[in-house]
Amino acid sequence: MSSVETLPAQYVSSSGGEPVVNDFSIQVATVNGSGSQTANIVLLRSLFQMGIPVSAKNLFPSNIAGLPTWYTIRANKRGFIGRKKETDVMVCMNPETAQEDVRNLNPGAAVVYDAPLELNKLRSDLHFYPVPFDKLVAPVCPDPKLRKLVRNMIYDGILVQLLGIEIEEVHKALFKQFKKKVKAAELNWKAVQAGVEYARQNLTKTDPYRVERMDAKGNKIIIEGNTAAALGSIFAGVTVVTWYPITPSSSLCETLIEYARRYRIDPETGKATFAIVQAEDELASIGMAIGAGWAGARSMTSTAGPGISLMSEFVGLGYYAEIPTVIFDVQRVGPSTGLPTRTSQGDILSTAFLSHGDTKHPLLFPCNPEECFEMAMDAFDLAEELQTPVFVMLDLDLGMNYWMAEPFRYPTRPFKRGKVLTAEDLERLGGFARYKDVDGDGIGYRTLPGTEHPQAAYFVRGSGHNEKANYSERPDDYIRNMDRLNRKFETARSMVPRPVVDLTPGARIGLIGAGTTHWALVESRDQLQSECGIAASYFRLRAFPFNQELTDFIRKHERVYVVEQNRDAQLLDLMRLDVEPSLHPRLRSVRYYGGLPIDARTITEDIIQQEGL
Amino acid sequence: MSAVQSPPASAGPAKKTNRIGLDIVGYKGSKTTLCAGCGHNAISERIVEAFFDMGVAPWRVVKLSGIGCSSKSPAYFLGMSHGFNAVHGRMPSVATGAVLANRTLLAIGVSGDGDTASIGIGQFVHLMRRNMPIIYIIENNGCYGLTKGQFSATADIGSKLKTGVVNDLPPIDTCALAIELGATFVARSFSGDKKQLSALLHAAISHKGTVMLDVISPCVTFNDHEGSTKSYSYMKDHEEPLHDIDFVPYFEDIEVEIEPGTTRDVVMHDGSHLRLKKLADDYDASNKITALRVLDEAARKGEVVTGLLYLDTSRDNFLDLLNLIDEPLAHLDEKRARPPESALLEIMEELR
Repeated sequence: MSSVETLPAQYVSSSGGEPVVNDFSIQVATVNGSGSQTANIVLLRSLFQMGIPVSAKNLFPSNIAGLPTWYTIRANKRGFIGRKKETDVMVCMNPETAQEDVRNLNPGAAVVYDAPLELNKLRSDLHFYPVPFDKLVAPVCPDPKLRKLVRNMIYDGILVQLLGIEIEEVHKALFKQFKKKVKAAELNWKAVQAGVEYARQNLTKTDPYRVERMDAKGNKIIIEGNTAAALGSIFAGVTVVTWYPITPSSSLCETLIEYARRYRIDPETGKATFAIVQAEDELASIGMAIGAGWAGARSMTSTAGPGISLMSEFVGLGYYAEIPTVIFDVQRVGPSTGLPTRTSQGDILSTAFLSHGDTKHPLLFPCNPEECFEMAMDAFDLAEELQTPVFVMLDLDLGMNYWMAEPFRYPTRPFKRGKVLTAEDLERLGGFARYKDVDGDGIGYRTLPGTEHPQAAYFVRGSGHNEKANYSERPDDYIRNMDRLNRKFETARSMVPRPVVDLTPGARIGLIGAGTTHWALVESRDQLQSECGIAASYFRLRAFPFNQELTDFIRKHERVYVVEQNRDAQLLDLMRLDVEPSLHPRLRSVRYYGGLPIDARTITEDIIQQEGL
Repeated sequence: MSAVQSPPASAGPAKKTNRIGLDIVGYKGSKTTLCAGCGHNAISERIVEAFFDMGVAPWRVVKLSGIGCSSKSPAYFLGMSHGFNAVHGRMPSVATGAVLANRTLLAIGVSGDGDTASIGIGQFVHLMRRNMPIIYIIENNGCYGLTKGQFSATADIGSKLKTGVVNDLPPIDTCALAIELGATFVARSFSGDKKQLSALLHAAISHKGTVMLDVISPCVTFNDHEGSTKSYSYMKDHEEPLHDIDFVPYFEDIEVEIEPGTTRDVVMHDGSHLRLKKLADDYDASNKITALRVLDEAARKGEVVTGLLYLDTSRDNFLDLLNLIDEPLAHLDEKRARPPESALLEIMEELR
């Protein structure tokens, strides 16, 4: 309204007066517990349904109600949907943070705000849109108790009008979100309409940000990584799930429970083909998962950093006694309680070598929901084939945020159950030695408890043992066993998911990342090329142990930037342990560890500085 | 396997076999490495006898333990059963996982007083709550034998270490705790009371819920001296059996009729009978409050009551609550454990 009339000319539009279409970020600042999540998801879904590449990140506090929350939505026509460092459209609903939120904006940003906050007095280089939310919500929502929740839906209406979001898609998204709660949906729909109507009559559009329908939706779905991992586990045939609630992993098992109840009830008997146990703590959840893996079930647990620390002793037992199980680690910021609702890749080193003594474990790094689904299935196969605990390393950003994804492909391959001897095998062989390397790959043969044969039994122990699983403190037995475990880890190199490598011809610089760093890294690679003329190859690591391709990639480039979301360059450290020392000087590090998802600009600026440009 | 249904030829024709045709040798384990005279060895012998008598196929049994002297003992019985020596105090979770994976397994877990009442108290508590079908035995000697005799949390106030150190903290009564928490079969016995321990172990095999059996099992090396309340001589003087126990397995005819007013007859899950013959007082093992009162009164007098303290055969076990299918989860193939493609298509459609 009036405040924009004084806007200096250069700020009227960031692209010289031209509209900026399908390329902006929205940040909504609210109070935790105010029901803003629904309004935000409806906004996200509407853009998704319009076929625009979009992502959402919920930056929430460790609190049930009352602390500030931000929700960012990024739309980008080129598919760069990592977090954008700058906010283009700010929605200020939280009086506590509003002033700081506005001060942090880059010139030219648009601000929708609760009118009484009078934020337009703070700066003159922004596009301000005041909205009297309380006045608008009262007629829409007669019940004062519900107003706090419905009020947020009004900013959806304002943005619909300002950005040009198709109203039909908003309607569809809203009714999808409320599912069968038609009354609630209708109430919220009125609020959206009130917002649209107010904006149409009272706000003059001065900022450049607009949306236009695209065709990026195709057949895509919209899903959280935790849900994708839960579905992967269901279709991998998981039968024993044990867990202890912890942010950000709880929703993985909670979703798994929902889907298991729908799709894993035996049609003939009406009984469950799964056991899900909420354990008393992480010590018990991993203990149960290991007990179940030993007895032949496809077992899993899911946790976050503090749980990983607690599981340490049992995971060492799983490694040494060679018991399959799958552990999902949805990483959050540590150490200790850290920032429980913020994202990180800070568990890489501690998980790779979790437990005392010489231990190491396969880790898988999914970067999107499709890989959460696929790698969950890979993990169950790998755990049973390698007879060892396998970790799937998600993070909060991937696990708890919504992502666009290709529909998951139905698995056609049979479960790989690994080397398990039946009673018939034992009869034919006349017995077996549990920890003997019969095939030269370091993987022995096991029998399952309950196998009906006098020679089936063996004794699992965390103490020293020989090939026949008998107690042994002999140095030669110990060394032989540990060397075989090493051989097994070598075998794993060729079994874990391979990296995704994109070589740029003639590039002297290489970029390496894993997990969600991917999204910022591909955008940074584009920025380096388009803004600085730096051509860079890209290597997306998908598993530990590494294979020869990593060494080959490093050798092909003069400087290789390993980009990750932790303070200590954990992925880089892990590589240093693995690749030959002559290549170490080529390795450089780019880190971000503030708890927000890493963004492209941070990477680009760091690399430019290190390159001396 | 036909080979194991009859005794091996080398066993000779004279040897006695059980109802599935196995010799008692088939139930033995390797030679014990515990001290001569250790109560734990007597318990292992009773376990061997009970599983032999009941004709349990050894390959149906899994035997698990934590860490400590007690936890070494699964190596000394049931050599044809899969064994698992887990981490300190955390055997209940491993046993729980194994039974979830294969509900046809019969799990016996051996723990000690240190393994249970200190480091393992958390998992102990939750095992009791869940009523998982697991036989949980505490070989209770009131001390940490494997680390040379420190007090455990079941040591009585005033009991003395060999070095003269006196325990001044109250003991945790694992039986009272188990009853409080919902365990459905709670008993206390003494490794030297052959007949009672044997009857209780037989009954344990017949029970389809958590069995908590606390067995006072003296440590001859570190806790069998004057001033100890877990010694052979202390138990000889202070054991107060609640009843005389006879066990009649389901596969045997009951020959002796009970005398009304003197004996309580309890029918176990598998149809076996426990005969509890009254001693000084009539004891009702179905009453929680009575059990807790009796334990408390005995503790005040420095007595150790033994026998079946509490039994509830009506409560559902954890597998029933989970509504698990009958066949082992471990055996489910793609057909049973992977939903059809139509399920995935339906889920994808919902997510669009």
